Amino acid sequence: MKKIYIILTALITTFGTAQQTPASKQTESILIVGATAHIGNGTVIENSAIGFSDGKITFVGKYDGSQPAFDNVVVAQGQHLYPGFIATNATLGLVEIDAVRATDDEDEIGAMLPHIRSAIAYNAESKIVESMRPNGILAGQIVPRGGSISGSSSVMQFDAWNWEDAIVKADEGLHLNWPSPYTSGRWWLGEDPGLKTNKNYQKSISDIKDFFDQAKAYLQDPNKPKHIPFHAMKPVFEGQKTVYLHADDQIQIKDGIRFLKDYGLSKIVLVGGHESVEVVEFLKDNNIAIIISRPHRLPQSEDEDPKGTFRTANTLIEAGLVVSIDVSGRMERMYTRNLPFYAGSFAAYGVPREKAVEMITGAAAKILGVADRMGTLEVGKDATLFVSEGDALDMRTNIVKHAFIQGRRLSLETHQTKLWKRYSDKYNGQK
Amino acid sequence: MKHTLQALLLFVSPWVFGQTYFPTNEGVKTTSSIYQAFTNATIHTVAGQKIEGATLIEKNGVITAVGTNVTIPKNATVHDMKGKHLYPSFVELQSSFGIAKPKANRSGGRSAQYEPSRSGYYWNDHILSDYNSLQDYQYDKKQASELRNSGFGVVNAHNADGIHRGTSIVVSLQDDAPESSRLLDAKAAEHFSFRKSIRSSQSYPSSVMGAMALLRQLYHDAAWYKAGNATSKDLALEAVIEQNGLPKFFEANNKLDVLRAAKIGREMKLNLAITASGQEYEILNDLKATGAKLIVPLNFPKAYETNDPLLLNKISLRELRLWNQAPSNPGQIAAANIPFALTSAGTKSSKEFLNNLKLAVKYGLNENKALEALTATPAKMLGMANKIGALKTGYYANFIVTDAPLFEEKSKMTAHWVQGKEHVIVDENLVDIDGDYTFNIQESVYSMSIKNSTSKAQVTVKKDSTKVKSIADYENNNLRLLIENKDTKTYLRLYTDATKKGLVNGQGKDSEGNTIDWVLTTSESDAPEEKQKDLGSAEKRTILPIAYPNTGFGHTSLPKAKSVLYKNATVWTNEDAGILSNTDVLVSEGKIAAIGQNLAAGDAQIIDATGKHLTSGIIDEHSHIAASSINEGGHNSSAEVSIEDVIDPDDINIYRNLAGGVTTIQILHGSANPIGGRSAIIKLKWGEGIENLKFSGADPFIKFALGENVKQSNWSSFNRFPQTRMGVEQVFVDYFQRAKEYGETWKKYNALTPRQKARQKQPRYDIEMQTLWEILEGKRFISCHSYVQSEINMLMKVADQFGFRVNTFTHILEGYKVADKMQEHGVGGSTFSDWWAYKYEVQDAIPYNGAIMHNAGVTVAFNSDDAEMSRRLNQEAAKAVKYGGVSEEDAWKFVTLNPAKLLHIDDQVGSVKVGKNADLVLWSEHPMSIYAVAEKTMIDGAFYYEADQVASQLEAIENEKETIIQQMIQFGKETGGTQTPQSSSKRLFFCETLD
Repeated sequence: MKKIYIILTALITTFGTAQQTPASKQTESILIVGATAHIGNGTVIENSAIGFSDGKITFVGKYDGSQPAFDNVVVAQGQHLYPGFIATNATLGLVEIDAVRATDDEDEIGAMLPHIRSAIAYNAESKIVESMRPNGILAGQIVPRGGSISGSSSVMQFDAWNWEDAIVKADEGLHLNWPSPYTSGRWWLGEDPGLKTNKNYQKSISDIKDFFDQAKAYLQDPNKPKHIPFHAMKPVFEGQKTVYLHADDQIQIKDGIRFLKDYGLSKIVLVGGHESVEVVEFLKDNNIAIIISRPHRLPQSEDEDPKGTFRTANTLIEAGLVVSIDVSGRMERMYTRNLPFYAGSFAAYGVPREKAVEMITGAAAKILGVADRMGTLEVGKDATLFVSEGDALDMRTNIVKHAFIQGRRLSLETHQTKLWKRYSDKYNGQK
Repeated sequence: MKHTLQALLLFVSPWVFGQTYFPTNEGVKTTSSIYQAFTNATIHTVAGQKIEGATLIEKNGVITAVGTNVTIPKNATVHDMKGKHLYPSFVELQSSFGIAKPKANRSGGRSAQYEPSRSGYYWNDHILSDYNSLQDYQYDKKQASELRNSGFGVVNAHNADGIHRGTSIVVSLQDDAPESSRLLDAKAAEHFSFRKSIRSSQSYPSSVMGAMALLRQLYHDAAWYKAGNATSKDLALEAVIEQNGLPKFFEANNKLDVLRAAKIGREMKLNLAITASGQEYEILNDLKATGAKLIVPLNFPKAYETNDPLLLNKISLRELRLWNQAPSNPGQIAAANIPFALTSAGTKSSKEFLNNLKLAVKYGLNENKALEALTATPAKMLGMANKIGALKTGYYANFIVTDAPLFEEKSKMTAHWVQGKEHVIVDENLVDIDGDYTFNIQESVYSMSIKNSTSKAQVTVKKDSTKVKSIADYENNNLRLLIENKDTKTYLRLYTDATKKGLVNGQGKDSEGNTIDWVLTTSESDAPEEKQKDLGSAEKRTILPIAYPNTGFGHTSLPKAKSVLYKNATVWTNEDAGILSNTDVLVSEGKIAAIGQNLAAGDAQIIDATGKHLTSGIIDEHSHIAASSINEGGHNSSAEVSIEDVIDPDDINIYRNLAGGVTTIQILHGSANPIGGRSAIIKLKWGEGIENLKFSGADPFIKFALGENVKQSNWSSFNRFPQTRMGVEQVFVDYFQRAKEYGETWKKYNALTPRQKARQKQPRYDIEMQTLWEILEGKRFISCHSYVQSEINMLMKVADQFGFRVNTFTHILEGYKVADKMQEHGVGGSTFSDWWAYKYEVQDAIPYNGAIMHNAGVTVAFNSDDAEMSRRLNQEAAKAVKYGGVSEEDAWKFVTLNPAKLLHIDDQVGSVKVGKNADLVLWSEHPMSIYAVAEKTMIDGAFYYEADQVASQLEAIENEKETIIQQMIQFGKETGGTQTPQSSSKRLFFCETLD
């Protein structure tokens, strides 16, 4: 026991000062013992032993002496072990300070932009990304915004020297913003802000259809001058790239999914889905996974259940759908660190707690197509995981003690913790 | 032809109102001494009084006699009015008749205009008291005809532009009279609104609360000016003073603005008549208490189209109820004994107005009240009750003629006499030929259906049961009809005429020129029975009862305080007792009566709280919900405005906040200006009116702001002082210095004897300075929006310089950098748990801020500034445990006791203590657990939210919506036509919202 304690202290001093510097490759194997391990697929191992070496998980089991020898042992009795939480439909690293336009790289001009790639604009040294890690959020899907086709997203992990090193899966998805069947007046021009039927709805759809049709036709002929946007549609039609359909209204959801199905596409994920609970059967029949809007948003109309946005996830999960959490919305980047609490809030309104964990781990990885590498504590997967003092979905006990990405032990310091210590020391010194 | 004839007649008949002292060069000078007698009429002299078989005598536009025993002068022309009803013409108060719409001033471009455009007048361009609408007036025959067809014979017209809109004119709607006769009053009444003039782009006031403050200040200034205290000339104030005795009309835009106008009217003793919104049935008691008079529109919404269920889903119950309840508004106002006139403003045509007038009667407005509200009442409001609004000797001979009692469904207005001159509405010589006819021509059977023949005839023709193209024209009792032969592209040409008995047989020609006999046979109507009930149907929609507030989730009756015993709870006292387990709390008469174990229930309702947690209600120090406007951004200091003026008690976010355990909030002014507006502290008593929401006895507060917002850094504005933090300091120094001098001047003045006072000028009362003086006197307290340490420190130093204490810094995200200085100054910090990075000035915002300030001895609260986050402040408090390790008990105080202290209401709320207000929340578990759900939220001993009621409330909403939609399908025709569904949405306010 004494030896372990010393090792632990050594680890902390070694890595504790690293701060934002990315950690170096895992060289010694590590075994975390005694924690309640939340596997990320709905199951739990009490008093667990989870081991990893060379960045991969090599052992998952009970802490009962059956595990092989590891170079280092981390004792986490009474604590909780989770796969790294994954933020879906995030814009982390694309904007640093909202009000400073120069720091804003999330929305390119133009309507049909499949060739636009978020990965290369991702700021691996963002102070906001850094602030995710002490809350257990270790990876995310970085998504461009705007237009009809916003561009391509990539899955990034949050401990890297540059965007290239951060990539877990590049250009994995195309983001399609489905037009709205309703429009609302521009109040700042004195128009009634109420909703009315969008007279251009069909026109907007046919614009998207034209683009899809032309891209498809273009791809039939190999001897042509290269058309960059059409070319970027190739992996979509070849079924390698997921289409993320951003839609809230039930008409949008149905029309959008039918549209994509008509092109023979099967990798479709619904993002947002405010009214998805109204079309659950349709979603089931079409086997659609959902990145559901976060609970921390207001109902869309005054007659809705005041807690309606907290209840959506449970309805979808009860129906057997694969669901993760959309972090977009007001203050989305700084709020993304509240992802565990979004999951916890869904749990307060019906989602079983392990299912809530699964939403931001196993289910998120499945939706993003990275389940072979992350999302669950299973042998062979990346050792992207963390230890929390208690239940990580609850603010009071989400106190992250150790965190690893691909086996690399992360610093849990941030710009914010440095200021905290700096000023706490100032006042302690005054006393 | 008919119209030409009429015009011709008018042209040759000499105008009866000779202007006696005008020379004439067009012939010999004549004086009219002809009377007109209207005999055998049913004359409604005033509402509720009618004389059958009566005669009315008119001369020179004025009634000389009315009654049954009237001798008809020999030199009278006689009009037999047998079967006709004569009513006094209506009087329209709310109109811009004949007044050219002003042109918008678009000068200034993107830079705001702060200074007035005029000199010699008031400092604000939107005060146009000196303006008289006569200067932009030109009699408009088209508008006059529309008004007359609605029944209005006299109109009070004003230029509907500006806050003080100047004065109106009163015009008699006599198309052919010279202005000398029909202009009854060239300066009749003063008009007001909360909307700025488009003739100036002066930026102040940008909000309703600013407009209210401006009107108050205007009347303070007028009184001061009148007493001779001013040293300079102000023509606008002189106009206000001169026009003091005129009637005053206020155009409000919605029901809350009606209450706001009434409030200003009462405070400034203006005796206003206020144009109502149509939703006054929701605020009758509050309105009655103000003593205001109303001008009520008949703007009943049309039914929504019911064919798109999905779009219809997006229409709120609030909007559906408006359709259902609005027609009962005039009747309910009458029943509440609120004096009111009716107006055609808000209806688009005479047809709609008259339809809705009958609809108002159908849904509860007494006919006599309706007539009174169209005649005697508006006449009285105009101060012309001895000239118009009745058919009596000496009154203008302005009357409408109907063929049946006015409010009967089938009744038609046939003519409108104004100042003794007839304006024909329905040509009674034109025979009504509506009906279905058949005829045979060249072996084909034709059927013809005619509708609306006395106005614009609609004729449809079928040949052998198939509709064919036809062109018809019915004028002067002549019917001409062309019927297309589709195959040959030729037309049958038919014509006939009508006698008093109807259409007679006619003739025609076929395409070859052969003459045809057109033999018409009337037939039974084959039109299908109308499915929808129109106005005439005896069946009525059920008017649904209002809720409190009248929206989804509104209470069916207002919650009442009751005796409640929470049994066996874990009680977070926020007192020395700490957290008590297995404890009972007894609530009685709105207060916490006892805390202990095994308390006797008596007659109290027992709530089993085993396993649950009971806390005092959450208090949000910084909220922007429940308000109609948030920022008065027109000036860099706006201490004269108050959020209390713009509380919106119907905001659904009140209910959503209750669902998150919030019981008290401070609605702060926004952060547009260094010196913002006064705040409102309210209890979230969902369903209560504005006055009952206010936290009684709370100290007054005001919002200040620093940093990027007041510098206008994040939008294109470069001409308002201050643009830097250096300038911000000087704004405060300037205003406090002036406030100090202002206060001292008044102090000296107030100390004078009456004799001394009489010998010197009285200082000017300035609402803004008065407010700032209250701060200097320690009677009003600042909550200041702040971010970076330099500015925080600066404001404390300004306060030191002027000898007061800053009460609270809100936002205060760099408070942790100057926590020691804050503690020394004695200022509290109401911050966000974890916001940052949205602006440059919050780069160094850290979630440990609360903990560091708390550890330094500062009273710390977590607030929302956000309608969404305020619903889960319990979770925000828990973040103080996570970030910085604050103890759970202390963290909980961040959202309860500490904000109560910062708002100086901790003697009444903020902890569970015997004697304090029973503002309590029952949580499903530990209140700061992510899994905690607020189950019951109580304020002053009454339950305003119960989680287990939500499901049945949702069901009730759905049921009621369906009931109303079914009514719309059945009764939609009552209001004529439909509207496309459009949902309305409530705008959300944040600090930076600019109005």
